[in-house]
Amino acid sequence: MKRLLKGGHLIDPLQGIDAVRDVLLDGDRVAAVGLDLPVGKDVEVIAVPSGCILCPGFVDMHVHLREPGQEHKETIATGTAAAAAGGFTGVACMPNTQPVNDGASVTRAILERAALEGAVRVYPIGAVSKGMKGESLAEIAELRAAGCVAVSDDGMPVPTALLMRRALEYAGMFNMPVIDHCEDPSLKGEGVAHDGYIAAMLGLRGIPATAESIMVERDIALAEMTGSAVHIAHLSTRQALRAVWAAKARGVRVTCEVAPHHFVLTDERLAGPISYDTNLKMNPPLREQADVDAILRGFTAGTIDAIATDHAPHQTDEKHVEFDRAPFGIIGLETAVSLTLDRLVHTGVITLRRMVQLMSVNPCRILNVPGGTLRPERPADITIIALSAKVTVDLSKSRSRSRNSPFGGWTLKGGVVATIVGGKTVYVNDEIPGAAAFGAAVARA
Amino acid sequence: MNPETTDATPSLPTGTDDQPIPANRLRSKDLLGIAELSVEEISLILDTAVAMKEIASRPIKKVPALRGKTVVNLFFEASTRTRTSFEIAEKRLSADTLNIVAGTSSVVKGETLADTVHNIEAMSPDLLVVRHSSSGSCHFLSRICRAGVINAGDGMHEHPTQALLDAFTIRERKQRLAGLKVAICGDLLHSRVLRSNVLLLTKMGADVWLCGPPTLVPTGFARSGVHITSSVDEAVEGADAVMMLRIQLERMLGGYFPSLREYFNVFGMTPERVRRAKPDVLIMHPGPMNRGVEIASEVADGPYSVILDQVANGVAVRMAVLYLLSGGAEHEAVA
Repeated sequence: MKRLLKGGHLIDPLQGIDAVRDVLLDGDRVAAVGLDLPVGKDVEVIAVPSGCILCPGFVDMHVHLREPGQEHKETIATGTAAAAAGGFTGVACMPNTQPVNDGASVTRAILERAALEGAVRVYPIGAVSKGMKGESLAEIAELRAAGCVAVSDDGMPVPTALLMRRALEYAGMFNMPVIDHCEDPSLKGEGVAHDGYIAAMLGLRGIPATAESIMVERDIALAEMTGSAVHIAHLSTRQALRAVWAAKARGVRVTCEVAPHHFVLTDERLAGPISYDTNLKMNPPLREQADVDAILRGFTAGTIDAIATDHAPHQTDEKHVEFDRAPFGIIGLETAVSLTLDRLVHTGVITLRRMVQLMSVNPCRILNVPGGTLRPERPADITIIALSAKVTVDLSKSRSRSRNSPFGGWTLKGGVVATIVGGKTVYVNDEIPGAAAFGAAVARA
Repeated sequence: MNPETTDATPSLPTGTDDQPIPANRLRSKDLLGIAELSVEEISLILDTAVAMKEIASRPIKKVPALRGKTVVNLFFEASTRTRTSFEIAEKRLSADTLNIVAGTSSVVKGETLADTVHNIEAMSPDLLVVRHSSSGSCHFLSRICRAGVINAGDGMHEHPTQALLDAFTIRERKQRLAGLKVAICGDLLHSRVLRSNVLLLTKMGADVWLCGPPTLVPTGFARSGVHITSSVDEAVEGADAVMMLRIQLERMLGGYFPSLREYFNVFGMTPERVRRAKPDVLIMHPGPMNRGVEIASEVADGPYSVILDQVANGVAVRMAVLYLLSGGAEHEAVA
């Protein structure tokens, strides 16, 4: 079955395209990209509505799908449905499930479930250490063989320099990145909010910026020593960003991602309008304006490689408690594109081309997964966005099983029109006029 | 707040129904912290407390201001002084009071704070006096409760009635707060008393000096408009009031300072150090004291110690808060 997306604006940095192009899909692959492609027999023609931009499918390289073990928060079905609605054609899921994804059997179970119920592609991330206990290496070769694309003990920093060295050396043999949640546990202590004036006045225990940057510096030194690739998860501080910038300048294989909440919000919000809102509690915590300013400069300068959501679903009851008892994390799959368009693109911090690099090209490159471009023969994974769409975040309509987001009710400029995975339309935004042109959303499996 | 009415001193509560107690209003149904209070509201509470204090000197220490009102003292953290003070204040205002202490409550059975409070609310209390070990817990409760919430200490955040009674005590002796030098010494990091006092004293125009080991100074605190020093002598120099904060043994165990002995040597309030203050300096402590750790007995029991006055004034200030939050002005309306 062939589908021709006709007359849309395509942004594909790897092909150097930022112009009107037709895209012909043949089954689950891209068949051709060109101007005024001929309409052959048995081709479904989709006239791309004006204002729509076609991008190689966005990949969120940092999500928590919670399955197996915490299906009350999220499942592979609901998490990938939220991903599709957020414009992501693929997600990399962190291994802190129950049981931990530290062995091939868990990886296979995740992939089997994803094949049956996943609305988008699922790329499992295996654990660095057995049980994510930070003691001895997990069976990384088997994880790799079963389908893991990277290793991480996300949520738990790799505690010792020695284990991190071993992980980099060992995973480096497969060219797999080690993704680290950088946070010195002793400096974090019992912290629940950014260690600054706001936390001090609110009486919240602080997590200093240095807790992050000191481990980023450590990991950079070890990546330099081993020659392996390290990826810094959810970078949040100007100090850590400076470290990454300097390391890149001298050729260290380090990459980093930033979550939308870290370029949109600051710790000031903890003081109100909803003070001590547990939907503002995440780790790393919301930082200061100076950090947000530095991150914006990091986007412009190219120091930041990826936007990743750290989608962390928690049930409403779990968040409806005292601030220091609430779990860390917010959902983010369905708001990331609109927040990025509204806060980075429309403000001129980055171009659309750079947005595609941050959300598609670079995540695919870092994780060594197909995608990141709509060259012929590549997977027909396409994210269609509209710059001028007004989007109001309605959490009651979220596809996620959880509702823990501070962005409910926000109105943002720019949003997702439709999501195509493997040639099939998996999401259509009914609220955007013309989106129906992409057909009705179907199950991918 | 109507500025025309803020200077009015409330007349004394008379203790009879037919002569209601006039008062102005607080804007909120809750007292969550000093942060939420305006200068006018702070003055209103302190002025109202003056009237309330007189009641303690009467042979019959009771007025009917809160008759028919139900006040629940909900203490999720051990407290003798504050809970007793609130309870006496409530009883002197004729409220029906109920004490719930966490150790005996369903919280230990796994019930959430929200559920515990919803259950209490179902019995229609008018005010909840809440102490809880989590910062912000009173803010959380205020959003889910119809009843007014009075913060009796939330984690390391605020203890507003303590700061109000401290201010009342200083004002009683010095007739003002503006322009006074107030030194606060001790464990600044973990102290809710500190945060409330810093907010109140800076709002009222006092010159606030904080002193403690750098390991126990909250990050970025200078932004609150205070001076921070690790020299007791500098903090105390020319001070009108010196407040000591309790040093808990677990802070030493947590590695914030090497030993209680060394702490006393460097930061303890000794008669020699007090001599640097004004001759009529007030020595204050929110209690409970650790004699020989943060304060020498000669200072705690010395002529300028107002530590027991603070306890006495606590009842008056809490009466004022209870009275104002239970709708003092409404009394006037229905009378």
